[in-house]
Amino acid sequence: MKMKAKTIIAGISSAICLALSGTLHAGTLNGAGATFPAPLYQQWISEYTKISGGVKINYQAVGSGAGLAQIRAKTVDFGASDEPLKKEELDKDGMIQFPMTMGAIVPVVNLPDIKPGELKLTGPVLAKIFMGQITVWNDPEVSKINEGLKLPDMKITVVHRADGSGTTWNFTNYLSKVSEDWSKKFGCAKEIAWIEGTVGGQKNAGVAAMVKRIKGAIGYVESAYAFESKMTYTQMQNKDGKFVQPDNDSFQAAAENADWKNAPGFYMVLTDQAGEKSWPIMASTYILIYKSQPDKEKIDSLLKYYTWCYDSGANLAKKLNYVPMPKNVVDLVKEAWQKNLTK
Amino acid sequence: MVKNGKKGGYPADNFFKGLTFLCALLIVVIMTTLFIQLFYQSVPTIRKFGLEFFWSKKWDPVNLEFGALSSIYGTIVTSVIAMLIAVPLSFVIALFLVEIAGPKVKAIVSQALDLLAAIPSIIYGMWGLFIFAPFMQDHVQSFLMKYLGFLPFFKGIPMGIGMLTSGLILALMILPFISAVMRDIFQMVPPVVKESAYGVGSTTWEVSYHVTMKYGLQGVLGAVFLGLGRAIGETMAITFVIGNGYTVSASLFDPANTIASTLASQFSEAVSQPIFKSTLMELGLVLFIVTFGIQVAAQWWLNRIRLSSGGGL
Repeated sequence: MKMKAKTIIAGISSAICLALSGTLHAGTLNGAGATFPAPLYQQWISEYTKISGGVKINYQAVGSGAGLAQIRAKTVDFGASDEPLKKEELDKDGMIQFPMTMGAIVPVVNLPDIKPGELKLTGPVLAKIFMGQITVWNDPEVSKINEGLKLPDMKITVVHRADGSGTTWNFTNYLSKVSEDWSKKFGCAKEIAWIEGTVGGQKNAGVAAMVKRIKGAIGYVESAYAFESKMTYTQMQNKDGKFVQPDNDSFQAAAENADWKNAPGFYMVLTDQAGEKSWPIMASTYILIYKSQPDKEKIDSLLKYYTWCYDSGANLAKKLNYVPMPKNVVDLVKEAWQKNLTK
Repeated sequence: MVKNGKKGGYPADNFFKGLTFLCALLIVVIMTTLFIQLFYQSVPTIRKFGLEFFWSKKWDPVNLEFGALSSIYGTIVTSVIAMLIAVPLSFVIALFLVEIAGPKVKAIVSQALDLLAAIPSIIYGMWGLFIFAPFMQDHVQSFLMKYLGFLPFFKGIPMGIGMLTSGLILALMILPFISAVMRDIFQMVPPVVKESAYGVGSTTWEVSYHVTMKYGLQGVLGAVFLGLGRAIGETMAITFVIGNGYTVSASLFDPANTIASTLASQFSEAVSQPIFKSTLMELGLVLFIVTFGIQVAAQWWLNRIRLSSGGGL
């Protein structure tokens, strides 16, 4: 008799727990994707949760490729990717994308005697390095643009992303624009056929770790990773021929020229922008959500969070060297929400 | 038929028999369907690249041309390095535990071995990337380059990553498994034979060499196979330190790839491209077949040893 009563109580309580667990998860929004904005998203999430009133947000920085795969498989509520999708692709999947923030991709090097911001590089030289045509640091092409700087006779080790990366997409997009050779041989994609002898790191953090470890290495990372771990970043020559440092001024200048109004589905590539002060390798990072949102509570929570990020999160973005979306773009995004999301 | 005193057997017994049989059958079904699915998904790649897939180094996600050579080569080399280091070490450890160690020491060392086996592979991966790789770069690789740099294995720049580092981490991971099996094999030597050897005046070394090892040599092969099966498929421990280079290089310092690390890095990107996905499936199929084959061979061999030694493993 006692055994039977215990079993019944156990059965009922587990059923209740099961039912509750469904509702307990109602306040959690799940997202996955790019490592490019991850430092910013993590900060935003941590600040927002303080005032969100119970809404939890969970962001996995797994890379743009994985994020895209997950949102397509509907295993997350929103995806994050640095590769802007064309409107036809978005329509096919039934999704919309909108830019959350803009950031810079910065080449980082491991040259012990060189200080951050000392080394100058141009687009064509950068492309040649990544193509394996320039193999040592004191190559005449590099020395020519760095007069007065003593470059060591050290082999250049190229570090790139091992996983499918939006950062790679934007970086190769830039290289395709400044080097026809690159454009023909490698193209622009989240994952390309890197030449032999290069090292692959997992995600932005992995590339940073590899560059820090290997003497003579060069890699490309989002600026937050370069600055936070005090890496040796380089100057770049922009479209107007001027060498610029990677800082908020050059990032802001690059973002200013973007014409968002005429971008279908917010498709925007910010590499090689004109302007004397512009940083040549900028990128926009996007959030992807489905047009059809049957769970009204969930989509309202999501949109409330994004609105907070645009308005209150702008200062945090600037502090981490990202460029927040200007007000007119935010208005365009909110319009797009109204027009496209069916609740 | 009368069983257990009742015609047809007791219903409870029959039910139990049926249920356990179904559970066992489930395993077989899962294995078979996994194999069939892997094969089915690999067909597009098999059709497109055929046998050339196995000796092509290419890895071009943009033009969708792939080759498995670098992954297969890296898998083989890292496993060989791991085995070269782990097998002799395990052998000696097992011998020590069975022949020489007193009961207390034996208990402590056995526990430590088991703990080593229980460490999750991602921990090995993290430890490898942050602690072991810098150590390899600063001390081991430069040392090897200086004194043995004439060998093609030790040319290149010491970066701390590559096949040598991965092989060493793998060796650490499979050491406990191989030691445990070898220890059990050595324990199977009939005590009577050992005692007679001691009785006619043999030293510990003579007993270990002439009796224990001779008896255990065949079984050791099975243990080696088990370790190999584990080393081949290991993913998280070496994905961070293998360097993700789609190359086939003699130098152990160069970045390389294994089948497992290729799958881990590339699967998210591959999901959107059918031929890319199919390529990864074929790589997975190769790994599956090889690991399965090794496990089957190991188990069959160990079974033979068990039967010939009269059981007790």
